[in-house]
Amino acid sequence: MNLPKGWSKYEQAERVIKYLRPYSYVNLGVGMPGIVAEMLDHTRDIYFHCENGIIGYRGLEPGEEIDPDIIDAATKPVGLISGASIVAHDLSFSIARGGRLDTAVLGAFQVSELGDLANWKSPNALIAGVGGAMDLAVGAKQIIVMMKHLDKNSQAKIVKKCTYPLTACKVVDYIVTEFTVMTITSKGLTVIEMADDITEEILATITEANFTLDLSKAGI
Amino acid sequence: MGVNTVGVGTPNHRKLVRTPQEAVAGITDGALLLVGGWGGIGVPHELILAISKLPAKNFTVVSNNCGMGIEGDVGNLFRAGLISKVITTFPVHSEAIDYLDQVKKGEVEVELTPQGTLAERLRCAGAGLGGFFTPTGVGTELGENKESRIINGEEFILEQPLHGDFAIIKADIADEMGNLRFRFAARSFNPLMAMAARRTIVEVKELVPVGEIKPDDIHLPGIFVDTIYVTDSNS
Repeated sequence: MNLPKGWSKYEQAERVIKYLRPYSYVNLGVGMPGIVAEMLDHTRDIYFHCENGIIGYRGLEPGEEIDPDIIDAATKPVGLISGASIVAHDLSFSIARGGRLDTAVLGAFQVSELGDLANWKSPNALIAGVGGAMDLAVGAKQIIVMMKHLDKNSQAKIVKKCTYPLTACKVVDYIVTEFTVMTITSKGLTVIEMADDITEEILATITEANFTLDLSKAGI
Repeated sequence: MGVNTVGVGTPNHRKLVRTPQEAVAGITDGALLLVGGWGGIGVPHELILAISKLPAKNFTVVSNNCGMGIEGDVGNLFRAGLISKVITTFPVHSEAIDYLDQVKKGEVEVELTPQGTLAERLRCAGAGLGGFFTPTGVGTELGENKESRIINGEEFILEQPLHGDFAIIKADIADEMGNLRFRFAARSFNPLMAMAARRTIVEVKELVPVGEIKPDDIHLPGIFVDTIYVTDSNS
């Protein structure tokens, strides 16, 4: 099946930014979520937290000199905002688990219709890394998954039940793919935004889990 | 403002060593080494290189990463075949060649642990506590076979303190009492590992006289530091 193109990854990042609350502290996972910091105007009221203890980083300005000791979760050089602070790893993860972190934007292999998240290991993989994924997933008040709608083998990643090893159970609040924004509540999956070139019918063929449609909730 | 520290704290010259070899000389077979750094920064490169040339082996190493292709990172200890077990959070890296090779051959035992759990296990050890209950890992394969408990209606799993024989850490500035300052995100695991180890060996860029780092500006007090190697001390 030839799928429509949907949103670019930058348009996807714009969708994620819409669901970040003013004055919130946000952790961005490795991979696609990193684009969010690059896209966000750093004079805006969002503060990025990193596992390594930086609270208040930002994307570098064009041509800005890099500091080797200021990096993000992907170990990419970043800058600091005015008012940034640095803590050691115990405090950094106290922030993550202790209910202070407003949002974590994470990539995923699979998300279930109950909000289960699988994002650290392929099934039966010998080599895997977990990093801070499990701490962030259970700790952040809101979890936004930012990912491609299908995996490399064109399999659905939004599933009834995860077949990949779990990161955490019932934690995902939003899924943002190139085609749609969905929310997960106790009532299940709801599509609240769709790219212009996608239809509900096509979405149903590339989504294993059941969903309902309510475009009136977009951007809330 | 207005508070004067009185006199001069006694510099502890017994903590100072001239070479990285001297700094790590006490490390023996089977030691549990807590190696500082995160994502390639805050890593004590010269101390690690000195350890990689020791006759001692069969180390258990605790390190967030398992080599990123940087000379003097934990990858050198894998390359030298000195590690029998590693406790780590994010070993996946295209340059972690020796780690990958030894895991595939079954030559090294791997204990994968969530990053926040590793930090708290170290803190717990340093704080003299017997463990802690965390929500991290509940319902996952990293939480399997661990004691769990419902506390205020939420499920938690028990994690144990993680003590080290030696902490091998990196700081930016030390004074002659061993008080330390770190630089930006190079702080990360370093102070926690210093707290959790029986002996702490620190590699610093700069040594300053006692009193030069003000009390409010010290990130880790010298009480946690045993041996100081200054990287430019030979120049």
